[in-house]
Amino acid sequence: MQLQYVLDNFTSLFIGGLVFGSLYALVALGYTMVYGVLQLINFAHSEVFMFGTFATVWALYLIGADAETTGLALVGSLAFAMVVAMITSGGVALLLERVAYRPLLKRGAPRLVALISAIGASFVLAEIMGLRGPIMAALGLDDEFDRYVARSRENVGMPVDRTPTVQFEILGHGVTNRDIIIVASAVVMMVLVDQFVRRTRIGRGIRAVAQDPETSSLMGVNSTRVIQVTFLIGGLLAGAAATLYMLQVGITRYNAGFLLGVKAFTAAVLGGIGNLRGALFGGLVLGVAENLGAGLFGSEWREVVAFAVLVLVLLFRPTGLLGESLGKARA
Amino acid sequence: MSTNAVRPRRRRIGLRERMRAMPRWGQILLLVALALFCYLLPLLNPPFISPPGTDFSGVLFTVAVYALIALGLNIVVGYAGLLDLGYVGFYAIGAYTVGILTSEHATWTWLASLPAAIIITMVSGVLLGWPTLRVRGDYLAIVTLGFGEIVRLNLINQEWLGGAPGISGIARPPSIPLFELPHLDWSTGVPLVDLDNTSTFLVFGVLDITPYYWLALTFVILIMLADRRVKNSRVGRAWEATREDEDAAELMGVPTFRFKLLAFALGAFVGGIAGALFAGRQGFINPETFTLLLSILFISAVVVGGQGNRWGVLLGAIVVAYLPERFRGFEQWRVLVFGIALVVLATYRPQGLLPPRRTVRAQKMEEAIEALETSDAAVAGDGADASDGTDAGVAPREEKGEDRG
Repeated sequence: MQLQYVLDNFTSLFIGGLVFGSLYALVALGYTMVYGVLQLINFAHSEVFMFGTFATVWALYLIGADAETTGLALVGSLAFAMVVAMITSGGVALLLERVAYRPLLKRGAPRLVALISAIGASFVLAEIMGLRGPIMAALGLDDEFDRYVARSRENVGMPVDRTPTVQFEILGHGVTNRDIIIVASAVVMMVLVDQFVRRTRIGRGIRAVAQDPETSSLMGVNSTRVIQVTFLIGGLLAGAAATLYMLQVGITRYNAGFLLGVKAFTAAVLGGIGNLRGALFGGLVLGVAENLGAGLFGSEWREVVAFAVLVLVLLFRPTGLLGESLGKARA
Repeated sequence: MSTNAVRPRRRRIGLRERMRAMPRWGQILLLVALALFCYLLPLLNPPFISPPGTDFSGVLFTVAVYALIALGLNIVVGYAGLLDLGYVGFYAIGAYTVGILTSEHATWTWLASLPAAIIITMVSGVLLGWPTLRVRGDYLAIVTLGFGEIVRLNLINQEWLGGAPGISGIARPPSIPLFELPHLDWSTGVPLVDLDNTSTFLVFGVLDITPYYWLALTFVILIMLADRRVKNSRVGRAWEATREDEDAAELMGVPTFRFKLLAFALGAFVGGIAGALFAGRQGFINPETFTLLLSILFISAVVVGGQGNRWGVLLGAIVVAYLPERFRGFEQWRVLVFGIALVVLATYRPQGLLPPRRTVRAQKMEEAIEALETSDAAVAGDGADASDGTDAGVAPREEKGEDRG
């Protein structure tokens, strides 16, 4: 217990927690929307995120960004990388829906089986990334793509300089431009998705399917399309989160999605799975709680704190902090 | 979502029906023969089945431990319908109890630490279940997942539990050297009795893993017998009622919470035995063995085999534990292949490889109803088909026979 340490560094721990919390929240949206519509845990969503992290790095390689890139050029290449990552993750999410979920839903398989299919898909996606060296070697393309496939199972780092600059201070803690970018873009995207689901026609379809799939299909909602859109939005957000994550953490691996996926899912459950605002709230609460807990008990207890918070919250609020409500009007 | 649009499937007369048609002594004889064959498997060392390059007994031991775990998890997931993603926690607690009592902080024998391991895992099952079983469905899944991770992280971070390096020098099960049994050697294409390569009956050493397999297999058989008794008792019925509709079961007077807790405790019990066996064979354990991935593999074994059917989950355990070992030659591709296999199996065999009888029967009934609804012509044929399995008058007898199939 290092209470004094936590008291002294409360602001910086809090802000650090918010930064990670916004990443959790963005990924959590993918879990929560799929859960809201299909009532299933999309276990492979963490791999959708992982593909985004690699897309970010490769996009930067592609346009030749390196440690020398600064200023507007850096901002531009990062924006480009984010778009590429969003497209990649969105595409992977759509593919996932098509291959691993739609055939099951058509056959009316039990929900636990969809979970197994998701787990299988998650293995496949992670392994494809981990085996890209051997795969390319088998195709005879390893020389052309050496930069992208070498060291398939090792860490891949950001080629650009990520050193943040302090913009202003809050209570003695310097807030960097990186913190601001991450939290602001996460919040903006969350608000956009929230408004999308609340105000657009497709959003209404999503809510309708979440509420009652059979009745909504009788009312003319194309549920296949709605499910696709749900996966696509989840994937796009995971891609955005992937770029922000690479900005913050800087390295990725073929299995990097796993821990973040578990945390994001925890965040979704914490806020109330199926609830969009719950995902934001749950993500931020989880990020801050685990950062403070890591300060208090030492960083090796970070994950224990995260899960302990989850168990405690579920004991007192069994449907999460804000409850389940994608189907409800306020979602 | 879509109401069960399961494609109607013609069922051939399966093994199950043929088994049931046999006289009782014949069934018992067949099962005893099967058990004997399982015991002799490492000695027979048949080609094709025994994986090249690795010790067949070691693979069989892993399969047996997975089978034990699948049986235990089947009680929780298959019978009681509680999705437990933290089952590896119990496995770890069982293994660590043995490790701590026999080498780290005390010098008990393996045999003495086994009951302790079982009791401690059962208690931890109750401790996990007591607060969390109020939470339902996927919330329970994530809470149990959290439990598994908390157990693992504690193992890493607590110094008195050995920390990240783990525990070594764990006691082995007691040896009773009786007689030696030779293995068969198939290297020339015909079986030869290889007198140089023998397994001493019940000597638990470092080199020969066969006795560990025999021990694990014995536990598998014992647990299967016990499982059969429990499943067919009032308790088993209560579990299944809870799984199908918790509220209805509660209204009909089933104290669902208590039965769910019991399922958790019994599941933990079996997980503890598996952990103790693993620790006793391995001699050393560390936290990295007990990752969340293992929990997921256990769940896969249960679902792939057919949750709720003990022969099914046994088959699932064999698939999950044996296939990757058999295809070790493709070392780097095997996880990929395993993942593809999971997706394909889930798509084409959503009820598992061997679904429980009741699911099959329900499916048949649904098909019959569908046939009645769609066409008059189909009524005669399908209606008659379905009545074999669904006739109320036959049901009680079938219940008794259910588990031999």
